[in-house]
Amino acid sequence: MNELLLELSGIGKTYAAPVLAGVDLAIRAGEVHALLGANGAGKSTLSRIIAGLVPPSAGTMRLAGQPYAPDGKHAAEAGGVQIVQQELNLIPTLSVAENLLLTRLPRRWGVIDRRALRAAAARILASAGLAALDPAQPVSALGVGQQQLVEIAGALARTCRLLILDEPTAALSVSEADALLARVDQLRRAGVAIIYISHRLDEVARIADRITVLRDGRLVHSGPAAGMTTTEMVALMSGETQAAAGGAWRSYATDRVVLEAEGLALPPRLHAGSFRVRAGERLGIAGLVGAGRSELLRAVFGAERASAGTVRLRGRPVRFASPAQAVASGLALITEERKRDGALLPLSVRANTSLGVLPARAGVVAGAAEARLAERFRALLDTRCTSIEQPVGALSGGNQQKVVIARWLARDADIYLFDEPTRGIDVAARRRIHQLFAELAERGKALVIVSSDLDELLETCDAIHVLSAGRDAGTFARGDWSRAGLMQAAFHNHLDAPVEVA
Amino acid sequence: MSRLCLPAAAVPYIGMGGALLGLVTIFACASPTFASAATATAIANQIPDLVVVAVGMTLVLIVGGIDLSVGSLLALSAAVLGVLLVRAHAPLAVAVPAALVTGALAGTVSGAISAWARIPSFIVTLGMLEAARGGAYLITDSQTCYVGAVVEWIGAPLPGLRLSPAVLTALAMVAAGQLLLTRTVFGRHLVAIGTNAEAVRMAGIRTAPYVIAVFALSGALCGLGAVMQTARLSTADPNAAVGLELSAIAACVIGGTSLLGGRGSVVATCFGVLIIAVLQTGLAQVGSSEPLKRVITGAVIVAAVLLDALRTRMSRAAS
Repeated sequence: MNELLLELSGIGKTYAAPVLAGVDLAIRAGEVHALLGANGAGKSTLSRIIAGLVPPSAGTMRLAGQPYAPDGKHAAEAGGVQIVQQELNLIPTLSVAENLLLTRLPRRWGVIDRRALRAAAARILASAGLAALDPAQPVSALGVGQQQLVEIAGALARTCRLLILDEPTAALSVSEADALLARVDQLRRAGVAIIYISHRLDEVARIADRITVLRDGRLVHSGPAAGMTTTEMVALMSGETQAAAGGAWRSYATDRVVLEAEGLALPPRLHAGSFRVRAGERLGIAGLVGAGRSELLRAVFGAERASAGTVRLRGRPVRFASPAQAVASGLALITEERKRDGALLPLSVRANTSLGVLPARAGVVAGAAEARLAERFRALLDTRCTSIEQPVGALSGGNQQKVVIARWLARDADIYLFDEPTRGIDVAARRRIHQLFAELAERGKALVIVSSDLDELLETCDAIHVLSAGRDAGTFARGDWSRAGLMQAAFHNHLDAPVEVA
Repeated sequence: MSRLCLPAAAVPYIGMGGALLGLVTIFACASPTFASAATATAIANQIPDLVVVAVGMTLVLIVGGIDLSVGSLLALSAAVLGVLLVRAHAPLAVAVPAALVTGALAGTVSGAISAWARIPSFIVTLGMLEAARGGAYLITDSQTCYVGAVVEWIGAPLPGLRLSPAVLTALAMVAAGQLLLTRTVFGRHLVAIGTNAEAVRMAGIRTAPYVIAVFALSGALCGLGAVMQTARLSTADPNAAVGLELSAIAACVIGGTSLLGGRGSVVATCFGVLIIAVLQTGLAQVGSSEPLKRVITGAVIVAAVLLDALRTRMSRAAS
């Protein structure tokens, strides 16, 4: 037992910016190795590199003593490395049996052999402790938890020496999670190595043999799990050092509350989200991925209809049925998925900037005024493009984001909702956007900023509101906050017992 | 449109003009009678109905929809026109607007169902294709309705001009459609919606009114096409324009309009109609059989799209 199975040395990955650097790690057969870290710490990237989904930019790997450089998921699977990701890879309309054996359906004279398929699937399910499941029913008829178990069963049906589970229990009920953990324990006894990524720290404390913590793409701790408390885990993830408060920061917040959300619900992720933002205030919203932060903004903005809760705008209750109504009341939402519902990629910088504020006379576009508008905001935000006629899709992520923001600045909204405004963009663009936050606040605008990057919120905001598992977990004012305190709040509703933070 | 992008916008027209010229040259060499004013006039007077319907189709495709019901809407509008003129003895000044309103109403119904119930317009207009055709039969009792001189002048060449009022109207519609698309807020929003409807919605612009308006416009243009076709054939025929949707879509596609929405040009569509018409007339003059004509027309449609895809890929690789 406990022979070395996978060794990583100096693994790094750089997209626009480095997301992973110099990670050395050893995974042994028959151990459950928990991988912890805050959002964006590099856990998912690291597991995707091991599973062959993305190649590393630097470093080497050895699997069972042999050099290991998978050039795709298939190569990794051939080496016995399986991954079950957060997003399920099942095809909902096909049956459980078809999903389990999709790449190797038993055939007889070219036709699928139904009986053999059913038998093989039943064997796989039985060995995964899912004998009660009917292999003939479509996957869409199962709950998310059962789908997760089916996917894991499928991974185990192939040769499996190393199993990577990325947030396997995030969508599971307590009893389902217990069943899964029992199964993980069985696998460990059978000598399978398991990389276990989870935000549920109590689970990690229960099951892990070793714990590795990543922070900002670097490995900060790797050691035995025995004796480590959840409090220590949180401290390692958050980093003990407080970021320098930054003397230049100043508040522009007034005491005039302009927007209040109370108990907003948008199932399945958001159950009761509230916040209150004043004119000139920059309010951050922190929380783990999936905590319902985007949903909170979308519900306020009328992009989706909240199933419960109230919104008050300048003291009066409102319920926006569409983004058009929210925009008419002076709200702006800079969305998280820039490519999906933000930018019009094939269209020009000019057309993207002027969307919704096209200067026109009697319905006819005033071309010169439009060009002036686009030029003005290009200069203001220092957007790098060859000309305002360049398609937005040809720009870098940071410049695409500036164009989307320019559209809302051109509309002169009163309340700006930013959803992950600087994700995946370069440092210069990020700095410009942070500066813009201050400029907007100074002009008396109210800002609500959702970010997975805690440093960003600590740097820019007057206060930070934390959501945890779709519910409010406290608001922290500048001066009252600490990284550990915020992190603890973010994990608050994931824990059975509250964490003690010194 | 700023001065900067004008040359880029003109490039596809140069290519299509070249293709059209090439076709004309080939047929002129193959048939001694092809290169004549008579042929040109014949082609011009044959296509105004397809041109106006294809203008509407272009706008529908740009907003990200498709209208399969245009042939049936044309027949339905023609039925209303014929019955009003012949059985009710209504004046042209009443019957023509009635035909346009008929088309516009049917288009509004398709557009409203598609936009509000979020059903793909492919399905809704497939239903409308059947329903409107049935309506045309009901209104005319399945009889072809001879209209005659009251409308024939619309399709007849004007003295000294060789072109009919129908052709001139169609050209005016092409110009108006192109200006609507490129110079108005309405047109710019159509392109934006066709490019990414969700992004436009999140930008605080209601998309449904635009979608409905475009289908209504397409329907009204079918009504106009019905007047032109009735004038050309002297009759209002409930069997008319079967399969017209395919010719209209083909013309748009040859002109480089994307079936995925967000990209297209009314002028290019007009070139597309001309290419199809020249091809058909030319092939007929060199004596090719009807089945062979269809094989060649089909091949040209696919070849045009292939060329367009190659051009797009190359310009993307260049940028």
